[in-house]
Amino acid sequence: MDIYLLEAVINGILLGGVLALLALGLNLIFGVIDVVWICYAELVMCGMYMIFWLHSFFGWPILLASFAAILGVAGLGVLLHLLVISPILESAPINQLLATGGMLFFLQSLATLLFGTDFRNIGLRLPIIELGDIFISYSRLLAFGTALIGAVALYLFLSRTYLGIAMRAIAQDREIMGLMGVDQRRIYLITSAVGGALAGLAACLLVLQYDVHPFIGLSFGPITFMICVLGGLGNMIGGFVAAFVMSQIIAIGGYYFSIEISYVLAFVFFIVLMLIRPQGLLAR
Amino acid sequence: MLSLRSISAGYGSFRALFDVSLEVAAGEAIGVVGPNGAGKSTLMRVISGMLRASSGELSFEGRSLTRLPAHRIVEAGIAHVPEHRRLFAKLTVEENLRIGAFLPQARRHYAERSEWVYALFPRLLERRRQLAGTLSGGEQQMVAIGRALMSKPKMLLMDEPSAGLAPLVVEQVFALVHRIREEGFTVLIVEQNLRQVLEVVDRAYLLEVGRIRLSGSSAELKDDPTIRQAYMGL
Repeated sequence: MDIYLLEAVINGILLGGVLALLALGLNLIFGVIDVVWICYAELVMCGMYMIFWLHSFFGWPILLASFAAILGVAGLGVLLHLLVISPILESAPINQLLATGGMLFFLQSLATLLFGTDFRNIGLRLPIIELGDIFISYSRLLAFGTALIGAVALYLFLSRTYLGIAMRAIAQDREIMGLMGVDQRRIYLITSAVGGALAGLAACLLVLQYDVHPFIGLSFGPITFMICVLGGLGNMIGGFVAAFVMSQIIAIGGYYFSIEISYVLAFVFFIVLMLIRPQGLLAR
Repeated sequence: MLSLRSISAGYGSFRALFDVSLEVAAGEAIGVVGPNGAGKSTLMRVISGMLRASSGELSFEGRSLTRLPAHRIVEAGIAHVPEHRRLFAKLTVEENLRIGAFLPQARRHYAERSEWVYALFPRLLERRRQLAGTLSGGEQQMVAIGRALMSKPKMLLMDEPSAGLAPLVVEQVFALVHRIREEGFTVLIVEQNLRQVLEVVDRAYLLEVGRIRLSGSSAELKDDPTIRQAYMGL
């Protein structure tokens, strides 16, 4: 096998990890609260700015800044739920989409207003690992590893804890949760915090590889939605698998053609698959 | 223990219950019987807080429940086994029981409670890693009852436990109800299956189009001419 193709495949797997993390967060929110956070990638953007400012401007160590950003975005998730989602929980889905879609533009504009449109970089250069002729960026490897740990932690949370089991239950039967002694509003708040924390974690990983600017969300927001729909909205495992399928299409497409064409391929694959299997890849 | 005074309730402009008053003493098993659409399930939903009464008073152990949300009513000690069981089909039997023990006070006793439920329904122990949706109707009813018992309730509401089950399984379910009674729970059970429910309860109320028509001990109701004619076909 061509060594560069192998490198592309490895990079695709590494990219898939972060996308999978984002897809998990979005699916969690959708599965539990039954709302799609269109502005999910913009929360990631906010997290990246948080790390940038705390680290580059206030001089916080990167780990501390990252941790603060995870908490910060978790808080943003809670605010988003309280201020935007909660009042329209019973509204038609289209209204909810418009509201969270509006938040996307609001956050982009707010970031532009506060930080301008400059590309900002935390100026951290992580080494490149050489394995024979293959080059792997350390930051991508770190991102992949952390994303996997995040996914495993989420899995354990959902399968082992009372809260996690309640979150899975609520997706199956909303109405009777009260009979189980579960306060739905509390579960929604916790879910929003967890969803936000996952976006914050993704921000920590992406800020090592990409410059921050107000529109960075657009580079991975749409692809995250495609992944979630491809895996079946709300289906965690489906989203996880779809993230790696999509990232391989992008990586291998990028190798044979160009990175622009690879995104075209990914979208074409998505459209074709939606025609054949509108319920998603892994849906039963 | 539980007392309903002049409860009226409905959905939008449709009224399903008119001035319903009902008393359940500690340790009693009470039946609410009546035909389809009489408002039996609505009554259960009002007691467990899934539906707010439009007027009337609801109290449990001397404490008003009228404005409490459902999760606070479970906390007060009333567990509701909903109509059609409503299990979490994609969770395992064990996970369904865990959800039943969600309240902090119940979590602390999870180990002993689940052991007790498994002793009550040994079949569930064999199936505890199985998805609840794959169980038979009778087994699902056991999970539904077990799940409600996990919250360590003082009182159990059972909404049509025999609905949708085969005749043989219905017998088993009533045997279950009987055992729950023997465990010392106060039980309020809503049923269409009048003949069988009167065998397990002390007293019963007859609900027709949202109003209490008759009430009395099981023996009295069994001998009542209107009941014999309209509901037992005798």
